Amino acid sequence: MKKLVMIGNGMAGVSFVEQLLKLNPNRYEITIIGAEPHPNYNRIMLSSVLAGEATMEDIVLNSWEWYKENNIQLHAGQTATAVDTANRTVTTDQGVTVAYDELVFATGSLPFMLPLPGADKEGVIAFRDIKDCETMLDASKRYKKAVVIGGGLLGLEAARGLINLNMEVSVVHIHHYLMERQLDETAAKLLQAELERQGIKFLLSKNSDTIIGGDRVEGLTFKDGTTAEADLLVMAVGIKANVGVAKEAGVEVNRGIVVNDYMETNTPNVYALGECAEHRGMVYGLVAPLYEQGAILAKKLAGVDSEGYKGSVLSTKLKISGVNVFSAGDFSDSPETRALRVQDDLDGVYKKVVFRDGKVQGAVLFGDTADGSKLFSYMRSGEDFTGREKEVLFGASGGKSSGPEDLVKAMSGDEIVCGCNGVTKDTIVESITEKGCVSVQEIKACTKASGSCGGCKPLVEAILLATVGADNVSAVKEGICGCTSHSRDEVVESIQRMRLTTSREVMAVLDWKNPEGCSKCRPALNYYLGMVWPAEHEDEQESRFVNERNHANIQKDGTFSVVPRIYGGVTTPEDLKRIAEVAEKYEVPLVKITGGQRIDLLGVKKEDLPKMWKDLDMPSGYAYGKSLRTVKTCVGNTFCRFGTQDSIKMGIDMEKKFERLNTPHKVKLAVSGCPRNCAESTIKDLGVIAIDGGWELYVAGNGGTKVRAAELLVKVKTEEEVLEWTGAYLQYYREDAHYLERTSEWAQRIGLDTVKKALEKKEDRDALNARIDKTLDLMKDPWQQIIEDDGLRSAFDALTAPVVTEAAAAGEPKA
Amino acid sequence: MEQYIVGQISEFPERRGKIFKMGELELAMFKLSDGTIKAVENSCPHKQGKLSEGIVCDGHVYCPLHDWKINLTNGVVQEPDEGCVKTFEVTVESNGDVVLHIDASRLMVS
Repeated sequence: MKKLVMIGNGMAGVSFVEQLLKLNPNRYEITIIGAEPHPNYNRIMLSSVLAGEATMEDIVLNSWEWYKENNIQLHAGQTATAVDTANRTVTTDQGVTVAYDELVFATGSLPFMLPLPGADKEGVIAFRDIKDCETMLDASKRYKKAVVIGGGLLGLEAARGLINLNMEVSVVHIHHYLMERQLDETAAKLLQAELERQGIKFLLSKNSDTIIGGDRVEGLTFKDGTTAEADLLVMAVGIKANVGVAKEAGVEVNRGIVVNDYMETNTPNVYALGECAEHRGMVYGLVAPLYEQGAILAKKLAGVDSEGYKGSVLSTKLKISGVNVFSAGDFSDSPETRALRVQDDLDGVYKKVVFRDGKVQGAVLFGDTADGSKLFSYMRSGEDFTGREKEVLFGASGGKSSGPEDLVKAMSGDEIVCGCNGVTKDTIVESITEKGCVSVQEIKACTKASGSCGGCKPLVEAILLATVGADNVSAVKEGICGCTSHSRDEVVESIQRMRLTTSREVMAVLDWKNPEGCSKCRPALNYYLGMVWPAEHEDEQESRFVNERNHANIQKDGTFSVVPRIYGGVTTPEDLKRIAEVAEKYEVPLVKITGGQRIDLLGVKKEDLPKMWKDLDMPSGYAYGKSLRTVKTCVGNTFCRFGTQDSIKMGIDMEKKFERLNTPHKVKLAVSGCPRNCAESTIKDLGVIAIDGGWELYVAGNGGTKVRAAELLVKVKTEEEVLEWTGAYLQYYREDAHYLERTSEWAQRIGLDTVKKALEKKEDRDALNARIDKTLDLMKDPWQQIIEDDGLRSAFDALTAPVVTEAAAAGEPKA
Repeated sequence: MEQYIVGQISEFPERRGKIFKMGELELAMFKLSDGTIKAVENSCPHKQGKLSEGIVCDGHVYCPLHDWKINLTNGVVQEPDEGCVKTFEVTVESNGDVVLHIDASRLMVS
């Protein structure tokens, strides 16, 4: 196998490797050398990490396992220091030497640091990598004042992040308006006004002179004699291609490493791509062109023919502090151009499209960027709009309007749709036609398109629609399972409107493909029916999962576990003795204390279940159900010296009120008696924390597969209010969530603000509580019901062979 | 071929499993919507899940452990999974007796 070595472990390089592996997985033994001690992460999202919207882990694009699975040798945290092109080796700062047959420079760029006096002081940093991010996060805890030099995209993102970290931020810019390369003055002023509203101060037309201070930065002086105070100074004035090692190795370097249309340098078997490469005089800094280069190089090294890289026409679509901005082409005015301008101060929207000879030459959009892709495709196609220029923004009056399908048609196959993950239109089309993806979700799972920022989702939808054709739109719709194309909301709406009360009716009326459904839709329909018609719908045992049907948890060997209800985790010596006696009597192999403050009896034979429940004489703990599980409590002011409220009583009251409730998925509650939060209320579906004189209710937390901290829903004063809000919240979740959707997933999908809004009015909460109370009134303890009903109990008995066998026993001869 | 009366049709709730045990043999028996009774060995070929606890849809049972779908008439595991379970003939007499037909020689094989 040939040896492929890549210097650089960033987005452009690793995307190239991914594409190469897709084309030809076994051609190379791949080694990657990366200076940062991290796997490949999404550098574009660093600003989200600073803004607190994402964690470092969230922005990792390729996990350590990915490298392992693909047999890629990764030297992370090592910097390549020398390349010997004659002997074909790369050496790192840690003395590792790697031989190559093919070498790729994907070294990216370095932040450009202004050579100001004092630039070496502590607290002067760039904004380029995870380390810079960490420095900023750290500084924000100890210092107050930050200055960012540079009013471009990077600088503004850094500034916004620092504002979120509660620092006072001033942005210094040499030009008289912001982002002069991407925006015209009007759009820049609108952006500035918005950012000032968010708390950022601006020092425009300022020439930095000297960084002042002792060991640590204290401020910045300007050429006009003025100064600004700063405990942290971020330089975000630009980037330069990282070409040092290539240059020393004798590879031709200009502004970047010079490459031809196939990303080849002037040195045999050495290639370059990404921010470090210079192609036809251009060094690109945006992610889309870098992915296009990666695709070309992947084809080249996989031995697949391509037309080569022709350079990229650039468009910029950005979101800065919640404001959408788009620009493309040359949008400056000149005597030969005419511009169409729209300015709407009420909605904060500004649009400018520049025409030359009737063709779109450039555009700037601020506030509303929905027209961006369309304008960009007009620019690329060179369509003549003479005499009908206004159509580009307002559509043809009476004539055909340019819908998303026309836009998709106008796109070339190798055009990048998802900029974050470098997914082309062709890749998306392929996932639809060859892998059978029929929804944006599936396309995302298959290709990663729309998986990061989500900005390209409408475009992915349009491609999906254009590919399967308008006639098959119904097929595009994702049903609740393979038996139907109806969504959850349509099913529930039908159940309500047509008063459907059995699964059979639903399947018949909504034309189910499989007359009796499948293991996915049957339990879901049973839940929806019971939720809409609690009194009218008879629970369908045959549609319940094994655990809910048997009211016990099946184990891998076919035995079951029994968990009796222990309200709030508070028990008595009497109950404990009874549990112990039952465990001995039925020879229970394992007795375990659960995480939910109760006792699990494991390894019980199915036929013993009803007898054990009878002997236990305790209600079912519903440890098996899509239902209220436990209400975990701490001791509270009953015994704890820190406790501010009676958390035990609150927990028991909640568990008694809401036990047995059917919910879309399991629901776990907790009550802590003080902000020390010993009951771990902040990772529960609903957690209560007592404060002096009241209670805080946190919702949508999760301690399971995907840990998520709960968010504050409301603060209330009384215990009655805790029950009232809990009831309303749980009922809203029951009525709105998809079956098998935990509160954390649900709340993230619809947004916590939507939840808050639905619960903010007292009359709405009362209505929700009336409905949940009606449901709760109808619920009975299932163990007691089974004990008392011979028919229900017999379902637990096994059939056995009769003593007498042979045909004679049946009384008549059998064939 | 030996025949056993295992119970009355009324003892079988619709689309729910019953376990039948005889010596080492354990079967999962189901009454389908059309009133017929099916019997298969009570062990999924995947991880030996108890098929008697599965959800029954249109003559198939879904294993409760990992959702494998198995045809109750011929025992064949449905795609994308693969495999097969043993099936047994069951008849329902006019008096409601459910009769299981077992070929003793086949039992020896297992």
